[in-house]
Amino acid sequence: MTSHLPALVVTVPLLTAFAAFAAGWLRPKLCFPVGLTGLGITAISSIWLLAEVLEAGTVTYELGRWPAPWGIVYVVDRLNGVVLAAISLCAFIQWISSRASVKSQFSDRIGAFYGLELLFVTGVMGITVTGDAFNLYVLLEIASITAYALIAMGGGRAPLSSLNYVFMGTIGACFYLLGVGYLYIMTGSLNMADLASILQGMRSSQAILVAFVIIIVGVWLKMGFFPLHGWLPNAYTHAPWPATTLIAPLMTKVMAYVMMRLVLFLFGPEYSFGVLGLKDVVVWWASLAVVAGSVIALSQKDLKRMITCIILIEIAYMVGGTFLGNRSGTTGAIFHLVNDVFMTLCVFLAVSSLAFRQRELDMDTMEGLFSEMPFTMGALVTGALSIVGVPPTCGFFSKWLLLKGALEAGHYEFMVALILSSLVCLVLFFRVFEAAYFGHGERSHGHHRMREAPLGMVVPLLVVAIGIVALGLMSGEVISSIIEPALPRGVL
Amino acid sequence: MDRILEVVIAKYNYWIYIVLMMIGLYGVIAKNNLVKKIVGMSIFQTAIILFFISMGMKKGATIPIIIHGQEASVMASDYINPLPHVLMLTAIVVAVSTLGVALALAVKIHKEFDTLEEDEILEKIRKS
Repeated sequence: MTSHLPALVVTVPLLTAFAAFAAGWLRPKLCFPVGLTGLGITAISSIWLLAEVLEAGTVTYELGRWPAPWGIVYVVDRLNGVVLAAISLCAFIQWISSRASVKSQFSDRIGAFYGLELLFVTGVMGITVTGDAFNLYVLLEIASITAYALIAMGGGRAPLSSLNYVFMGTIGACFYLLGVGYLYIMTGSLNMADLASILQGMRSSQAILVAFVIIIVGVWLKMGFFPLHGWLPNAYTHAPWPATTLIAPLMTKVMAYVMMRLVLFLFGPEYSFGVLGLKDVVVWWASLAVVAGSVIALSQKDLKRMITCIILIEIAYMVGGTFLGNRSGTTGAIFHLVNDVFMTLCVFLAVSSLAFRQRELDMDTMEGLFSEMPFTMGALVTGALSIVGVPPTCGFFSKWLLLKGALEAGHYEFMVALILSSLVCLVLFFRVFEAAYFGHGERSHGHHRMREAPLGMVVPLLVVAIGIVALGLMSGEVISSIIEPALPRGVL
Repeated sequence: MDRILEVVIAKYNYWIYIVLMMIGLYGVIAKNNLVKKIVGMSIFQTAIILFFISMGMKKGATIPIIIHGQEASVMASDYINPLPHVLMLTAIVVAVSTLGVALALAVKIHKEFDTLEEDEILEKIRKS
């Protein structure tokens, strides 16, 4: 049983997706519990898997018993073990919390929506667990195609934004595939571990250099790294809320994981940071992207669009942190990835329950929200503090590591960008809190009745908010026992 | 000139895929009509599929089907590499489903805006 865990985390959501499609046809009421069971099993399996990895080291699973370089293998080490646990938990919590809004928005196509959500989870879990470069492309497209469909289920401008995402996303994935083709020509292998060992002896090859650049650009396109972020704000803003709360925390973060896997393990730190002279350029570029993301986020009026733009900043942190190339920077980037899954989930869930009650998310209509929805606003404050980077929330610790890494590497511009963007996030969120607490004076300062979002939304939200603080308090342990040993030996 | 020709002719399959890919990319970026953009995207994907197909090719080799009873005398160099072709089977499925989703989205956009020209759609969004 336990030896099949790596396969279970992908097949369970896949089979549940078909069950949910069927249930939507026969008994729409069954969709929710079916998916809940499936995602529950997935979450438990991935946490179990993480525990196993921590105890016994890397777990390898040969699909169909074909041994490593020929068959497809699923490989779970500390890096993707922790990412798997984070994203499966995130999907589970989101599933519970989105029940009310799915019911109200998609009452007629509930099976289709839930089925697509589960397929999306299958895709992102598969991307994280696989140890095969081509298999990654296929799973990436599964996740992307379902994301396109989920986004387009919103009305109005959603299909147009989704089509733009299709163009950009397909080009990104094709670049990745092209790079894998180059690697295959040069090495004759698609297995990541095998590729890594063959590439050791090919440091000076021009074709490998081209493959590296094409793959990284493709992944950056999928991540929404500035200036390849054009699709991201529109797609996430116009998507229906239950889709945004699932896709926004998972998709870009999983692609950031893919970047780390390729840079740190497939090409290896010596190649990615040493042979190429690109390391410093990328850190400079990431600093620029952080600043650009801050400016874009500052210029937004709509709350949903604003928190979407914050993702741009977070993504740039991870790129910068990875390419700092030293121990603190890389650890910070990995820890920030895990934190960001929960921070983004917290903020998006909080704003989605505001939207569930409020409909309009204009700064002018927010007055009195603190007394009307105290728990939701409390969770939003926690998430916001974590994004700004205030202790004891987890966001502080990863930002601290990133700052430390930047200082050690002598990249002062990245430090400046980090601090500047934290201040910008502070301004962004306090503008919201100020409007919610004091209002803009147009409405009377009368008595506000409490009208909190339904319990099914508030409880998961509070769990995430507490989780953020707990992850912050346990950060020392998480870093020393999971993340630091996950780094490859070449990172000094 | 001779040297350039030599480079082009020796690796003509790569040149074809590069040219096709650039045509596709041009279509996605520069065309105003959404269906033309989708066609561009499809060309882009097809270019990469052709690239993979051509890399499995060997001079003087045949299709990789082994006759029963002759397994012992098989030489790898007599057969073209089937692996990239199998990979592309999957990639074709992916390309088809992407195309399907994109066309479905185009239908939805046409219902919403009554046009598929991007500038007209943007104009309508600005007015509303």
